[in-house]
Amino acid sequence: MTPAATPFQLPQRLPQRHATTESPFVRRGLIAIALVFLGLFLVVPLVSVFVQAFSKGIAFYIHTLGDPNAWSAIKLTLLAAGISVPLNCVFGVAAAWAIAKFDFRGKNVLLTLIDLPFSVSPVISGMIYVLVFGAQGWLGHYRDAEHAWFPWLQSWINDHNIKIIFAVPGIVLATIFVTFPFVARELIPLMQAQGRIEEEAARVLGASGWQTFWRVTVPNIKWGLLYGVILCNARAMGEFGAVSVVSGKIRGETNTIPLHIEALYDDYNFAGAFAMASLLAFLALVTLGLKTWVEHKNAASSDKGEKL
Amino acid sequence: MTPKSSPAKKNRVLPGFKLTLGFTLFYLGLIVLLPLAAVFGKTFELTWPEFWHTITMPQAMASYRLTFGASFCAALVNTFFGLIVAWVLVRYNFFGKKIVDALVDLPFALPTAVAGITLAMLYSHNGWIGQRLEPLGIQVANTRLGVFVALTFIGLPFIVRTVQPILEDLDPELEEAAASLGANRWQIFWRVILPMLTPALLTGFALAFARALGEYGSVIFIAGNIPMKTVITPLLIMGELDMFDYAKATALAVVMLVASFALLLTINILQWWTNRYNTNNLA
Repeated sequence: MTPAATPFQLPQRLPQRHATTESPFVRRGLIAIALVFLGLFLVVPLVSVFVQAFSKGIAFYIHTLGDPNAWSAIKLTLLAAGISVPLNCVFGVAAAWAIAKFDFRGKNVLLTLIDLPFSVSPVISGMIYVLVFGAQGWLGHYRDAEHAWFPWLQSWINDHNIKIIFAVPGIVLATIFVTFPFVARELIPLMQAQGRIEEEAARVLGASGWQTFWRVTVPNIKWGLLYGVILCNARAMGEFGAVSVVSGKIRGETNTIPLHIEALYDDYNFAGAFAMASLLAFLALVTLGLKTWVEHKNAASSDKGEKL
Repeated sequence: MTPKSSPAKKNRVLPGFKLTLGFTLFYLGLIVLLPLAAVFGKTFELTWPEFWHTITMPQAMASYRLTFGASFCAALVNTFFGLIVAWVLVRYNFFGKKIVDALVDLPFALPTAVAGITLAMLYSHNGWIGQRLEPLGIQVANTRLGVFVALTFIGLPFIVRTVQPILEDLDPELEEAAASLGANRWQIFWRVILPMLTPALLTGFALAFARALGEYGSVIFIAGNIPMKTVITPLLIMGELDMFDYAKATALAVVMLVASFALLLTINILQWWTNRYNTNNLA
């Protein structure tokens, strides 16, 4: 990785390139403006999370995290991410395979539809499941099976006493929705750029479909896949708006980490709220670190000049 | 194995088209399209005058003004500073540049609730930043300014990340040509570089604006949620949901969804424009 500051192919003997670079005064000024802006908006908030988290000492920090409600929130967050990330991962690979390796009509429409969840407000993302599964919803728990849209599904929901809204399934569904496009949108451009020649060669040489996928495609897309999974996971564990609509916020039962943070904050237990928040802030730092590492790996491994 | 054995497949060598496309459409329909359709289905339970009355009630109008206004201002500020950050990251070398580059994505990675309580704490009257602003007569927490600050935070990476790759690929020969023709540095930036960055800047602006419109978690803690003053539209929807007034919530959601989809369309057109500009440069 050469620094991007000197991309020009001029002979080295020339003393200075006045024409295509700024004076040191302007340069330092711009760097200072950028750093002050980023410092104020990124570094100060990040540092303050950890300072506030330990403002009442380590004992209080451990006490907050050891609380049964905190544990339940952590477990629920892990469960929601543990279900939604693999599902969206399978979807991402399937969608990328169909879109990148084949030609069909309506591809651009499909691409736009896959991106749709990103442009929907988190609150609305949660609300749509309330409209479907809520008490007055299409598949609501209390709805009479005879007047339901899908009678067999309705009677199954009623017979098994399945609660979706204000319960764990709703939280999982909302998390799946908000993290829906992450893996797909990383893999689609990557696999489109790679084309289908390598897979076709493998097939012609006698490999089965699955062999082609595992031995040719997967090694080619592994960094992109990992990148998508990291981003998907970060969003899944940190989602707040969508989850808060469908959760019902029962402490110790349907609170995820972000919802538990809100509950502690509303109780004026600021040190406790920031202690929980420090977990997610740490996760964010790990995410950024992994992301940078994957980008570095990807740049190193692909000689084709394809970027993530 | 031979193409002849399955004429229906024509020249398709790779398997799995029906399986993967089928699964994609099924999963997309089940998770995204059907539930989204429920929103529009639910609005039909309202008559047109009821719908119109809901979406134009004073609280709703105040929330649109705040949400759209603050999102617009935040995206504008981010466009200006984002361009400087991208410029500095691409063109200059300084200590800690790689860390700064990685840190730009923090608003993507940091959960919105964490950002929300942190900003609320920082800008409260005894917070690190709030107590320094108070003597100047500037109050951020519980004001519209607070909404703007939160939206600036979450929109920050969009402009940097859309402008950065374009700036990296910019052909230096154009700048050299302009310089050899006697243009000074400022003229080169204003007349040569900036026009080439315009599509990317507009795309970044639209992305940041779209994200800010729907933002909830990072705003509600710092905004104070004073009725008619600092209530954003997503919070208004949340309030209706809490009162189980689903019809009203849905009507407001339709307004937001239409705005988001219009923006999505704009962004797609802008991205197409950006890409076309790029390939033209390469050709």
